[in-house]
Amino acid sequence: MDDLQCDGLTKRFGNFTAVNDVSFAVPSGSFFSILGPSGCGKTTLMRMIAGFENPSKGDIKIKGNSVLATPPNKRNVKMVFQHLALFPMMNVGENIAYGLRCRGEPKADIAHKVAAVLERIGLPGVEEKEVAQLSGGQKQRIAIARCMVLEPDVLLLDEPLGALDLKLRERMKIELKLLQHQFDTTFLYITHDQSEALVMSDNVAVMNAGRFEQIGTPQELYHSPASGFVAGFVGDTNRWKGRVVSIADGAAKVQTAAGEIVAAASGEDVAEGVEVDVFVRPEAIELGVPENGNSLRGKVDSLLFNGANSRILVRIADGELIEVNYPVMDGGGGLSAGDDVEIGWARERGRCFAAAR
Amino acid sequence: MFRSDASKLSLILLMTPFVLWIGLLIVLPQLGIGYISLREKVGPREYELGLANYIDFINEPIYWNTLLRTAWMSILVTALALLVGFPVAYYIAKIAQQRSRAALFLLCLIPLWVSDLVRAFGWIVLLRETGVVSGMLQTAGLISGPVELLYNDVTVVIGLVYTVVLFMIVPLFSTLDGMDNSLLEAGYNLGGSRVTVFRRIVVPYAMPGIVAGCIITFMLTAGSYLTPILLGGKNSSWFTEQIYDQFITRYNWESGATFGVLLLGFTSFVVWLGLRLTGQSLANTVAKE
Amino acid sequence: MRKLGRTLIATTAMAMVFGGATAQAETTLRILTWGSYAPDKVIEMFEEKYPDIKVEVTFSNNEEMIAKLRATGGAGYDLAQPSHDRIYAAQLEYDIYKPLDLSQIDTSNMDPNLLAGVKANTTIDGEVYAVPHQWGTSGLMADITKAPDFNSWDDLCDPQYKGRTSMRLKRTILLGTAFAMGKDPFAAYADLDEYQNILDEVTEKLIACKDNIKTYWQGGDDLSSLMLSGEVIASETWDSTAYKLYGENQNIVFIPPETGALAWIDTFTIPRKGEADDAAYKWINFVLQPEIVTMMSASTGAIAAVNGGIDLLPEDKKAAVQAAFDDEDIANLKFFANIPAGVEDMEGKALERIKAATGG
Repeated sequence: MDDLQCDGLTKRFGNFTAVNDVSFAVPSGSFFSILGPSGCGKTTLMRMIAGFENPSKGDIKIKGNSVLATPPNKRNVKMVFQHLALFPMMNVGENIAYGLRCRGEPKADIAHKVAAVLERIGLPGVEEKEVAQLSGGQKQRIAIARCMVLEPDVLLLDEPLGALDLKLRERMKIELKLLQHQFDTTFLYITHDQSEALVMSDNVAVMNAGRFEQIGTPQELYHSPASGFVAGFVGDTNRWKGRVVSIADGAAKVQTAAGEIVAAASGEDVAEGVEVDVFVRPEAIELGVPENGNSLRGKVDSLLFNGANSRILVRIADGELIEVNYPVMDGGGGLSAGDDVEIGWARERGRCFAAAR
Repeated sequence: MFRSDASKLSLILLMTPFVLWIGLLIVLPQLGIGYISLREKVGPREYELGLANYIDFINEPIYWNTLLRTAWMSILVTALALLVGFPVAYYIAKIAQQRSRAALFLLCLIPLWVSDLVRAFGWIVLLRETGVVSGMLQTAGLISGPVELLYNDVTVVIGLVYTVVLFMIVPLFSTLDGMDNSLLEAGYNLGGSRVTVFRRIVVPYAMPGIVAGCIITFMLTAGSYLTPILLGGKNSSWFTEQIYDQFITRYNWESGATFGVLLLGFTSFVVWLGLRLTGQSLANTVAKE
Repeated sequence: MRKLGRTLIATTAMAMVFGGATAQAETTLRILTWGSYAPDKVIEMFEEKYPDIKVEVTFSNNEEMIAKLRATGGAGYDLAQPSHDRIYAAQLEYDIYKPLDLSQIDTSNMDPNLLAGVKANTTIDGEVYAVPHQWGTSGLMADITKAPDFNSWDDLCDPQYKGRTSMRLKRTILLGTAFAMGKDPFAAYADLDEYQNILDEVTEKLIACKDNIKTYWQGGDDLSSLMLSGEVIASETWDSTAYKLYGENQNIVFIPPETGALAWIDTFTIPRKGEADDAAYKWINFVLQPEIVTMMSASTGAIAAVNGGIDLLPEDKKAAVQAAFDDEDIANLKFFANIPAGVEDMEGKALERIKAATGG
């Protein structure tokens, strides 16, 4: 059974449609992310699920039952806020006990449950600490524990890593995933950071301008994006413009300023004569000309060393810069800025989508 | 070296007006009042140091009854101002649209543009026997003859609440305004009812503002003069009135100064007691992390 | 304290030096007086006659005048106008006035009785500290259509006017009530124990009376509105307020109580540290001229202490006075006696007790 299901959910503020006919289902115990740029409507969507906004249209079901008539404090959907919203006037123990006390559980049970949940998140015995004494990562875990102690059907997380520094964010990604496994609860995670979504999620919905562009596993989104937006938003990619000359067997011949290339035609509106965007990921491109592949000539513009993620920037004939993976930059590669190179990639590794009008 | 000298100099320059203000206009006059209160008059132009003025105060029930009455009514006014002011501050800070907020706040400040005296006369015009309210009640047929609404303690309390409620709203507004809405939402999300969220989140969060507002309104009320006198009528005694009488009508500066010291001491004591009873500290109201 | 005092004086002096420097040869005459005792028109005429003198006026009342002068030791003003009974004890106690140079004052035109009375009241060690300016009375007023027989201080406490009378809770009502009880409080000033006994009886009476009173009035304005609205039909009053109301409603008249209206004389005194004595004397002589007297009385509602003062009143005020007083009433006037040291305190306590009592 699905823990959370939204059908045709729509929210309008005056003339502005923040969420437009969104439908999806989150299977029990899975980690589901909604990925989108800021202003795409993902926060509004989450607030509707939590009950802080009423949908203009559509239905929200939790464990199969519509909750539209249920006030926010009665929905068994808990939320970790963007800035965590830990109560500053309560200590850690009181913060976690808050929900239990609202439920009217007996005192002894509360103390027991608080201790148990702190144990599970790896912070035993911090009940008496003030919130301000905790580090960023600890606060994060307390905010999750405060929800999890109530055993919600769905846990909503609203970009909770946004305020953390990079190192901590990387660590918390893994930790969140582990916590989700440990509690075995359905997580609905909102973010604008594609790497967070890809690393943690079982399924990701990419949202743009109030609509879902694609729902799928991280692998599906990465390797077979359903739209130009998804292709551009998920993962690093090179992108340039062209016009379809001909189509055969799902492969489009595209005329670009730098030369003619062949790419997989994605989407129904790619047809002869259509303006398209071509997407090729850096790791698909290599130096030299592959058999039966596309190739372009260019000049090395600069070398970007980043260990295993090192790249070179190649300027091709029309002046565009193309990122190319170049993992073996140990100085012996012999490349330097200004060198003439030829780059190429397999035809099926490039895709083209009709350019947004 | 140079740096520390320069910063020291700028510190001194910044502090000077404040120290002068506190020192010359607050501390020195208070010391003067304290000194005068310790002078006993033994004859024309003859004084001795002593506590006679304080003993006189203790021996005269009229004086300390008036002081107690003033304190008690001030506490009542403070409580009512809190009751009235909190919803207003909450509405402006949390419910009103961002755009109308400034206008609403300004609206609250309008009564400050006219003097105490004018405001008191406003109440008199409304509430007197031949006044607006009495007339309207008669026209509406709710009462058969004119009714006097002035000159009683209820009117004094209403008038005082009206005068001081702003000083309650402003600090409440500023603490509530600083409160992240997500705290409220978290409160509901975790299962709290309106009452729980209000009691366990809003009130504790606003506590510094509540304490500051209560101290200000209490002190202002206990120290007010015109409103209780003009609205109070024949039975209204207010401690400031006695201070005025001692200083001006009876030429008894020694006793007046004593009363002044006692008023300051007693109101400070009430504030301290209030802080103790509610488990707050003065530091809470100014220094919040 | 003393050091602070010196600093303050030095600062004030400096301010005066610099202030004076800008004003050049001009003298400033700073008058501390009652509201309406220095009408703009009179100041204008005075400044026209003496172009080198600039008049500044501060309005006040007896108590505040003395408190102000006491605070500065008699500095800050060049001419003050307290009532005649507020000079002797205040001078003994606080040393705030300086003796007058009577040769500088044209006393020929003054009412000889009033002049002699004020002199007698304000002479210390052979020096005279005040001369009279205007006089008036405190008494009763009533709307004669509603309270036709009102003629005694006692009537304020008459149950038939319950909730319809008012008074000012100050010493006047204490004295008036004492007279109404058949006592002579002024005579008792000589024996303060006796006076205390009288005060105790008066206090008791006024506490019992409290139930009858609508409210205690605070100043002329609220008394006027109480009377004009009809909320109060009889009250203890200043005569000037009553005359003003007579102009608006001929039914409201001033009533000298049967035991005699209490008469006060506002005087001219020169504060001890006054700096413009010449200008002060010029002002005194100027405002005692007959044509100025009429303008002054029109503004103050009080009678000038000059020969034929009543005749010099403006017509409407004259009518009001004549409606209120006959010769017998004038002969029956009780002039406030000098207040000996300590009496203010005794009276203050009595007033406090009345105010604090819960008479309903």
